[in-house]
Amino acid sequence: MKRLLVVLLALWFMLPAGAMASQADTLIWGRGGDSVNLDLAQATDGESIKAGIQVLENLVIFGKDSMDVEPQLAESWSISEDGLTWTFKLRHGVTFHDGEPFNAQAVYDSFARIIDETHPLHGYGKWRYLSLSLKPVTAINVVDDYTIQLVTKKPFAPLLNNLALWLCPILSPKAMHEYKDQIGQHPVGTGPFKFVKWVKDDQIVFERNDDYWGDKAKVKQIVLKSIPEPSARLMALQSGAVDIADDLDPDSIKLVEKNSDLTMIKRPSVNVGYLALNTEKPYLKDPKVRIGLSHAIDKNTIIQAIFQGMAIPAKNPFAPSIWSYNDAIKPYDYDPVKAKKMLQDAGFDFTRELELWAMPVSRAYMPDPVKTAELIQAYLSAVGVKAKIVRMDWGTYLKKTSNGEHDMCMLGWLGGNADPDNFLYGLLSADTAQTPGASNVALWKNAEFTKLCKEAQVIFDKKERTQRYLTAQEIAHNEAPWIPLAHTTIVRCYNKRLSNVPLRPNGLNSFQMVSKN
Amino acid sequence: MTLGYISKRLFHLALIMFGVSVVVFLMLRMIPGDPAQLLLGEFASPEELERLREQLGLNQSLFTQFWIYISNIVQGDLGHSVRTNAPVTGEIWVRLIATLELSLAAMCIATVFGIAAGVLSAVKQYSLWDYGAMFMALVGVSMPIFWLGLMLIYLFAVKYPVLPMMGRISLGLEVPDVTGLMVVDAVVAGNWQSLVSALKHLILPAFTLATIPMAIVARITRSAMLEVLNMDYVRTARAKGMTELVVILRHALRNAFLPVVTVLGLNLGLLLGGAVLTETIFSWPGLGRYVVDSLSGRDYAAVQGCILVFALLMAAINLAVDLIYVLLDPRIRVNE
Repeated sequence: MKRLLVVLLALWFMLPAGAMASQADTLIWGRGGDSVNLDLAQATDGESIKAGIQVLENLVIFGKDSMDVEPQLAESWSISEDGLTWTFKLRHGVTFHDGEPFNAQAVYDSFARIIDETHPLHGYGKWRYLSLSLKPVTAINVVDDYTIQLVTKKPFAPLLNNLALWLCPILSPKAMHEYKDQIGQHPVGTGPFKFVKWVKDDQIVFERNDDYWGDKAKVKQIVLKSIPEPSARLMALQSGAVDIADDLDPDSIKLVEKNSDLTMIKRPSVNVGYLALNTEKPYLKDPKVRIGLSHAIDKNTIIQAIFQGMAIPAKNPFAPSIWSYNDAIKPYDYDPVKAKKMLQDAGFDFTRELELWAMPVSRAYMPDPVKTAELIQAYLSAVGVKAKIVRMDWGTYLKKTSNGEHDMCMLGWLGGNADPDNFLYGLLSADTAQTPGASNVALWKNAEFTKLCKEAQVIFDKKERTQRYLTAQEIAHNEAPWIPLAHTTIVRCYNKRLSNVPLRPNGLNSFQMVSKN
Repeated sequence: MTLGYISKRLFHLALIMFGVSVVVFLMLRMIPGDPAQLLLGEFASPEELERLREQLGLNQSLFTQFWIYISNIVQGDLGHSVRTNAPVTGEIWVRLIATLELSLAAMCIATVFGIAAGVLSAVKQYSLWDYGAMFMALVGVSMPIFWLGLMLIYLFAVKYPVLPMMGRISLGLEVPDVTGLMVVDAVVAGNWQSLVSALKHLILPAFTLATIPMAIVARITRSAMLEVLNMDYVRTARAKGMTELVVILRHALRNAFLPVVTVLGLNLGLLLGGAVLTETIFSWPGLGRYVVDSLSGRDYAAVQGCILVFALLMAAINLAVDLIYVLLDPRIRVNE
C-alpha cells in the first residue's frame, strides 16, 4: 500500500501542474459550445462561423474593427453601367491548404454549388440564408483564370456586403469533391490558419498556414476549447488555462475588470432587440397609440436590470455601428404621464387586455426575455394598459409571429451583413409584411418607406443610399411600428499576454494578427 | 445458467429495444414546434424552411417516416445528424467512449471508497469512524453536483493549480486511438506522459460524479455487513482462529456483496445518464452533453440514437447484474 502511494506521488510530480500555463505559441480560445459545421456556406451558428473564418476566406471582407468592405481574395472589383454585372479581379499566387491553386474556377465551384441546382456539388449541402448570400445572382461567369463575373437580375447594391459575410467562402474544389457532404468537418480554404483536427465537443485545432499569401499569422496554433459552463470558462481564463474567453455573463465580466492579468474590448454590436406592435390589429393601428406605448417604457432601466448595463438604448431599427444611422432622431423619452395622455387622446380602449408575447429562448439581443416581458408589463400597467404575457415554444413562436397572430411580440435581429437594407427592407418593408412567413412582424405596410428601401437597393452611390435610409428611419420613427429596445455591447475578455486582439461589431474576426508573449 | 436462458434474455432485449424505439420516435414528434424553423432560427425565409422540411422528410406521413427510421436501424444505420451532416453512429460512438471512461472511473472510486467506508463503519459500529463515515455519506448524497464541481475547480485548478479543469488530456499530448479510452490507449501505447495526463484529467470530474454513488454504496455496504457480521458462519470463522481481516473480507464481505452489486449496477446506469452535469462543468466531451445539445437543436436522428444506446446499455447492465448474482451466490438458480 505504502509503495503504491510512493509510486503515485512520484507519478504526480513527473508532469508540471495540471492547469498548465498554455504554450507560448498556442492561442487557446475558450467558448460556450462546439462548432457544428465549418463549411461556412452551411453554417448558421456563431460557434461554427467564429471557427470557420480562421480557415476560409471570401472575395471581400469587412475591415478589422469596422463593417466597411475591403478586398480579400479579390484584388479589385467593378460594376457595369447597368448595375447588373459585378467583375472581380482575383489575387494571383494563392494556394489552398491542400496545395491546389486558387483561381476563378474555384470561385465558380464554391458559388455555383450554392445556387445552381445542376452543379455536381449542390446536393452535398444544406445551403443557409440564401437571401443573405447569393440569391440575387443569376449567373456566374469565369472570364479568365483570374477574373470572375457575377450577374444579377436587378441591380442589387447590398451584394458586396453579402459577399463579405461568412456565407460565400471559397473552398478548394478538390477537397469539396473529395469530402462531399463531409466538407464541413474538413474545411480546406486559403486562410491564415489550416484545419488540423476536431475532437467533437472538446477542441478544434488550427495551425498556421506558412504559405499564406498575406501577413502570416503570429501564433503557431489556435485551439478552440468548448467550455459550456460560464463560471468554468471564467475560471479557465483566471487560471491561464485559456487566453480568451467568449460570452461571459455580466457578473463574470465585472470580475475580469478587477483582475490585473486580464483585459477586454467592448464594442457596440450590430444587433437590435425590439418589441413589435402588430399594426394590423385595430386597437394598435393608430400611430398615436403606438407612440403613446413607446413613451410608457423605460429602456434605460431595462438595460440596467436585464442587460446589466451591457447595452445601449435603441431609437432606430439598427445600431449606430452601421452606416447611415440617423442620429438626429430624438427618441421617445420615458414619460408615463405623457404616455397616458396620448393614449387617452387617441381613444385607446383601456379595458382591452393586450397579448405580450415573450420569446422562450434567450439571445444576445434579448438575454432574459421573460423578465423583460414582466418589466414591460409593469410599465404598461403603470399607464393603465393591461397586458398578458404569452409564452410558447420557439418554433411555434416564430411561426405564429410570422403569421401575425400576436398583439405585441419580442424579437431581434443580428444584422450579419451590416447593410441597412438588411434591417429596413428585411424587417419593416411592405414586401416582407406578407403573411404567412412575414419577417416584418409588425405587419407595417408603409408605401413611402418601402419605396425608399427599394430605391436604395438599386443605387450604388453610398451617399444617395444614405440619404434614403435617413428618411426611411424618420418615417419608421414617426409611425412607431416597433419599440426598439436595445443594441447590446459585445465584449471579448482575454489575458494581457495577448496583443492585437480584434473585435468587429459582429464579433467575427480572423486571429491572424494576434500575438502572445 | 444455460444458453437457453441467455438467448431468452437476449430476445427480451430485442423486444425492449423495439418498444423503446417506437416510444422515442413518437415522443420526439409530439414535441410542439417545427424542427425546420428551430434549425434555421429567426433569420430564415419561408422558401428556406420549405426546402429544409423536404430535405428532412418532414413532409412525408408519420408512418412513412417511421418505416424509414426502423428499416435503417435494423441495418445499423441511425441516420444523419441534421446539424452536422455526419452519420449519428460515429458521432455517438466517440462521445459514448468518453462518457464510459468517466463513468467507469467514477464507478471505481465509488466502489473502492464506498465499500471501504461501509465496511469500516459496520465493523466499528457506533464508533467515531462509523459516525464520521455515515455523516460524510449523508453529505455526499445531498451534495449539489454543480456546486461541488465548481468548488473543486476553484480549489484545485485556480487557487492551488495542481489539477487540470477541463478536457481529457493536456494540449499537445496524443495517444493513438485504439479503444478510445484515453487511459487504456496510453497504456497500450506505453506512453507514460499521456497516461499521467489522462489520469489527472479524470480525477476532478470522476470524483464529482462519484460522490452520490459513493455515499449510497457506503450506506448499503454498512447495513449489509451489519446483517452478515451477526451470522453463525462469521462466528464459526472467528472460532476457527482466522485473523479478523480474513473473517471480514473473505467470509463477511463476500456474503454482503449481493445487495451491493445490485446498487452498483443501478448506479452505473445512473452515472451514464447523469453525467451530463459533470460533463458540462468539466468540459468533458461526453454523450450527456450531446443529448442535451441535440434535443435543443431538434436533431431527431441524434436524440433517437442516443436514447437507443442508453436503453441498450441499461438493459445490458441489468442482464450483467443478473448473471453476476448467479456467480456470486450459487444458491440462486435460473428459472427457465
